[in-house]
Formats: sequence, C-alpha cells, structure tokens
Amino acid sequence: MKIAVGEGSCGIAAGAAKVYEALEAKISETDAFLTVTGCIGMCYLEPIVDIYEGEELLKRLVRVTPEDAEKIIAFVRGDGEAVKDIEIKDEDKAFLSQQTRIALRHCGIINPEKLEEYTDTDGYKALEKVLKTMSPEDVIEEIKTSGLAGRGGAGFPTWFKWNAARQSEDDEKYLICNADEGDPGAFMDRAVIESDPHNLIEGMLIGAYAIGAKEAIVYVRAEYPLAIERLKNAIRQAEEAGYLGDNILGSPFCCKMRIKAGAGAFVCGEETALIESLQGERGMPRLKPPFPAQAGYWYKPSNINNVETFANVSWIILNGGEAFSAMGTENSKGTKVFALTGKIRKGGLVEIPMGKTLRDVIFGIGGGIRDGKQFKAVQMGGPSGGCIPAELLDTVIDYKALGATGAIMGSGGVVVMDETTCMVSMAKFFLDFTAKESCGKCVHCRIGTKRMLEILDRIVKGEGKQGDIELLEELCLAIKDGALCGLGQTAPNPVLTTLRYFRNEYEAHINDKKCPAHSCADLVTYSIDQDKCRGCTLCSKKCPADAISGTVKSVHIIDANKCIGCGSCYNACRFGAVTRD
Amino acid sequence: MECNCKKSDLSLIEPVLEEYGDVKGSLITILQHAQEIYGYLPVDVLYRIADRIGSSPAQVMGVATFYSQFRLKPVGKYLIMLCQGTACHVNGSEKIEEALCRELNISDGETTDDGLFTLKAVSCLGCCSLSPVMMINGETYGRLTPAKAIEIINKLREESIS
Repeated sequence: MKIAVGEGSCGIAAGAAKVYEALEAKISETDAFLTVTGCIGMCYLEPIVDIYEGEELLKRLVRVTPEDAEKIIAFVRGDGEAVKDIEIKDEDKAFLSQQTRIALRHCGIINPEKLEEYTDTDGYKALEKVLKTMSPEDVIEEIKTSGLAGRGGAGFPTWFKWNAARQSEDDEKYLICNADEGDPGAFMDRAVIESDPHNLIEGMLIGAYAIGAKEAIVYVRAEYPLAIERLKNAIRQAEEAGYLGDNILGSPFCCKMRIKAGAGAFVCGEETALIESLQGERGMPRLKPPFPAQAGYWYKPSNINNVETFANVSWIILNGGEAFSAMGTENSKGTKVFALTGKIRKGGLVEIPMGKTLRDVIFGIGGGIRDGKQFKAVQMGGPSGGCIPAELLDTVIDYKALGATGAIMGSGGVVVMDETTCMVSMAKFFLDFTAKESCGKCVHCRIGTKRMLEILDRIVKGEGKQGDIELLEELCLAIKDGALCGLGQTAPNPVLTTLRYFRNEYEAHINDKKCPAHSCADLVTYSIDQDKCRGCTLCSKKCPADAISGTVKSVHIIDANKCIGCGSCYNACRFGAVTRD
Repeated sequence: MECNCKKSDLSLIEPVLEEYGDVKGSLITILQHAQEIYGYLPVDVLYRIADRIGSSPAQVMGVATFYSQFRLKPVGKYLIMLCQGTACHVNGSEKIEEALCRELNISDGETTDDGLFTLKAVSCLGCCSLSPVMMINGETYGRLTPAKAIEIINKLREESIS
C-alpha cells in the first residue's frame, strides 16, 4: 500500500507536514510506503492523505490531523473501518469529478520530486515525439490547431507568439516562462510548479524547440519558495536524465534552463517589465513595438508564456491539437484553471472546459456560498478584472463573453463575495493594490490611481461628496488611455465594473452615509438591545477594543467612542441582542 | 564612494560579489543574497555592491526600493506577515490589521520599540482556504479574528519575556 500526503503550500500551511511526520514515526510498523504528492486542488479539505493499492485509490482522507496517524496505520493493517470518520464525503468527491484536467492532470497524483513518477505516466513522451518526428513548424501548426491561447491573462494565441519568435532571425533566442503569479487570489501556477514541475519543463522545451531557443528561463515569484525548490530539483533531474542540456534525447536540439527568483513586483507580470527585471533592473515596462519576439531579453528575440500555457503543451502534442480544440467555445479552446476562493463553501483549484458558466463553477463545483449567506458578486481576473453580479451568473466562461461583462478571464482568480462584502470597499482594495504596484513610469497610472484611491477612501469613510462618482469615471477613462502597459490600462476595471453593477452602493455611501453591506466600520454603529441582552459577557470578551462594559447577568453597553466597528460582538452574540445600523 | 553610516561587516558579501559581480543583470540576485546575509540591506553594503558592479549607488538604491522583497531596516524578533490577498481581504484581513496596529502601536512596515514585532502586509501567502491568515516566523495562523490575532501576539510576547 502507498500512503501519499498532499504537500502543496496550502496543504503544508494547513498542517500536512505535521501529518507526514506523525505517519513517518509509525510507518515502519507496517509494510506500507509513505510518500508525498503535490496539490490535488481541494484546499478546503486540506490536509489530504490518499491511500493507494497499486494504482487504485482506496481511500481519500480529508482534514487529517497528526492524531489521525493511528487510524491510518490501523487501516493499513487491515481495520477497514478505522478511517471512516475522516474519509471524503460523496458530495466532496463531486468537486473533482466535475472537472476536466489537462494542465493539472498529474497534480496531486504523482510525487513532484521523483522524475520516474512523471515518466511512468506520459512524461517526456511529447518531447520525444517532437524531437523525433516533428519540425519546429509542425509544432507551431499543432499548437495553432489546438487554439491554445495565453493563460496568463491576455489570451493571445500562443502559436502566433511562437511563430513570430521563430521568424525572427538571430543566433541567440530566449524562451521565458512567466511564473510571477502576482494576482492576489490566483495560485494555479504555483500549484503546477509545486505538483508537476516536469510538465512545465517539458512544455518549455517544446516551446524552445519551436522558436529555436537554446536557453530557457523561469521567472518565479520569490514568495514561492517551495515551488522554486521543487523546480530546481526537477531541472537537475532532467539534466541528469538527458532531457536538458546538449543533444537532448540524441537529437541536435540543445537547451539549458535556469530559474530567476523575482523580488516582488506585480508589474513584472507584464512581459517587458519582466524582461527588465530579468536584466536586474527596476521592472518597468518598455514601449512596444518592438515586441519581445523581435527584441526581448538583452534585446534578443524572446518568447514569454505563462506556466499554465506551457502545462497544456505536452498534452496537445500527445493527443493532437484537435482534441484540445474540441473542448471549449467558438473563440476559446481547451480548458482553463481557476483558483476559487473567497466566501465559497469549497475553495480550491478547478479546471474545466471553456464554455461552462460561472454558475457551474461557483454553485456546481464550489458548492455555493458558505454560512448560508447570499451570493453577491464574483471578481474575475484580480486587480485587472472586474466584479460580475448575480444576474450575470449564467455568463459563459470564454474570453469574449467575460470581456463583455467588463471583467476579464485574467489568470483565473475567482473571488466570490457574499452579501456582507461592500463593493466600494472591494474596489478600494484593488485600487490600493494597483496604486502600490504601479511602477511609476506613466503619470496617469502613478498619480491617477492614487487620486482614485483617495476618493474611494473618502467614500468608505463617509466623507464622499457629490460629483465623486463622476470624477472617478473621468479618472478611470483617463488612466485607461494614458497608461503604457496592461497594469495601468486595466487598473480602473474594478471601479468601472462596480460602478456599472453596484452604483447604488456608491450612492448610499455618499448620499446616506450608509454602507448597505454593513462592512465599512465608519458607517456602521453597533448597540446592544437592552431587552435581549442576557449579560452573558461573550461580546465583551470578544471585543478587541475593550469597548463593551457590563458584568455577568447585567445588560452590557458599547462605548461608541472606543468601538472600532469590527463587528466581533455582532457575530458573537447568541441572542441577537447586538444591533447595527 | 564613502557613506557615513553604521558599519557592516562587508567581508560577508564578498563571496557573493565574487560569484555574481561580473555576470551582467545580476543585481537583484546579489541583493537577495545580501538580504539573506544581513537580514536587511544596510546602506554601506549597497554602496559596496554599487562600487563592485560598476553602477551608481542611486541605481542600486532604485532597484532595492522598487521590489517589495527588499527591506532597508532590520526587522524585529517576530516578523508578522499579514496576508493581503483578495480572499483574506474578503474574509476580513483589514480588521486584523487594525487590531494588530492598535495592539502593537505601529503601522505596516514598522517595528515595535522593544524590537519584538515587525508588521508587514504581504501579498497572497497562498493559504486562501484558511483566510484570513498571517505568518509569523514561518508558522501559519489561519481563520483569524481580531481577538484571536491579539491573543497570538500576547502569547508570543509572554514567551519572549519568560
């Protein structure tokens, strides 16, 4: 038997490493073998332990604690009932069974630290096929047939970029992988690198062969130490096994690969800024043209794709471009990975064919909103994207349909919001992010986002003025027009979409000095209903500001001067005695 | 070029400069190593790096201040990294930040007078399912409430006294 502990970053944060340690201490009492896998994508159930007999998954155990190690050992020794209470429920099995996994096909199944587990599936077979039977032009043609588009956000056809770099004549060309996943709320690229690093390497090698590059670079966020470690290990293994280096698999094709750790700047997701950063400079975008395909890294022809894009490549080569393009819609082919988070019952990684609806993802797979609350909106595409309201839940997931709502597909961050989320404060959150991350090169982006942030800050504090909405709209359009790169051009999207769908919330903040979601601390007052208060003291214990006075069995009182409006008392009270306005 | 500030042991950075000093485009890598060595980027070290790679101190400072990973001041015994990802925000990270700032009497990026705590708002830590989350010296604390966050701080404070 094989016991596999899911050790992606989120699994480890949830305690997977401690579970592994506990199992390790006892495993010698059995003949089972203990190993790790990457992230299966069911974040809400972490830590997850899988028990296999050969290839067959016998049990999937969820929310496992170190104390459960005893039970797992008992199961391995033959007590079939031992793990009953930590076994995954049928309802949760549906989270995976409703997905179609291509980019994530090995994630959570193979051990990312072992090359042989990758090659035992279909690993490096696509590279072999390419090197032995296909010309670079054939590869580009196959990718063209597949309809694969850049998964980092813009959705630009991958074959077109590859072809442009192929056409640029130069002895020195570079293939670069953008793994600077900076969008807060997206973590699919990290999951791919942590869980299936060889798949990324293989996809990149095929890309390098297609464009004629001899050097490949992965630009990874420094905040992803585990991803960097596993990728380093995988590169070393690939070198030793002859998949990287000179005359790969006996062919004339040579390619080396290295990792460059980013240093934390969202703008480096923009390809020319990323190139500047690779060259050791401040990550500020360049003027285009020339495009990287003509003059990129060290002004040599370069091609940059996102991790998820590369993760699809080997599958396309093995199964044919047509198999990939058979999935999806007219203008968006294949599958897309989404990171589902926020007020969702089942958060995690979801890979589905394009063409499903937002409702399928949020309610079908994600199980809807937690704590019995109402769905309010979903943020697609992070700080560059927009909020889509409940009435558009049946929007089909493809580049065009999502674009029509004012949001974007983006890298695939899906943040679900419920009735307690204030949309103005949400817009402010994203603006705060882009204002901080603006590189400062373009005046409109540098100063415009700052001014917008100040206005939004005023509005959520109840100091909004007549004309603020119009001023915001004017600034939004000016920034869109006046910014050089995608960061600035899309920075106003969260404000524009919330203004489009939730204008009444802005108006309530400005005109009535009320926050309809009761979320903005300055616009909500808490008090205690004397008739309902039982004097249980719970609220005063929970209050972080010592603003509630009262003794056991006496009515409690909130000191409005001390109250910070955090709502802890409101959530704590079991008698409905805390009211808010 | 000289700078009249606190003296750091510059010999520590020499092996790094030996390895990367002549490799073009390596400034960020050098700064990352320097921060690992000193815990932060002391100004005199930045001058030394500039001198070695043939760049101006302003250029090096420009890169050091551009990226959020780099810090120019030492950090406290406990580095509180408070996640500012979208999922954490939706689940109330702002209130955690308010509570921490109030309790520690510092704001984002500052260190308490006793040198115990540094508060740093960071981008997504990738534990969205546990949000809101903070990480203190490598340990993750999830599903925070303002009260729970303060409780954790008080516990660490007591531990460091005893």
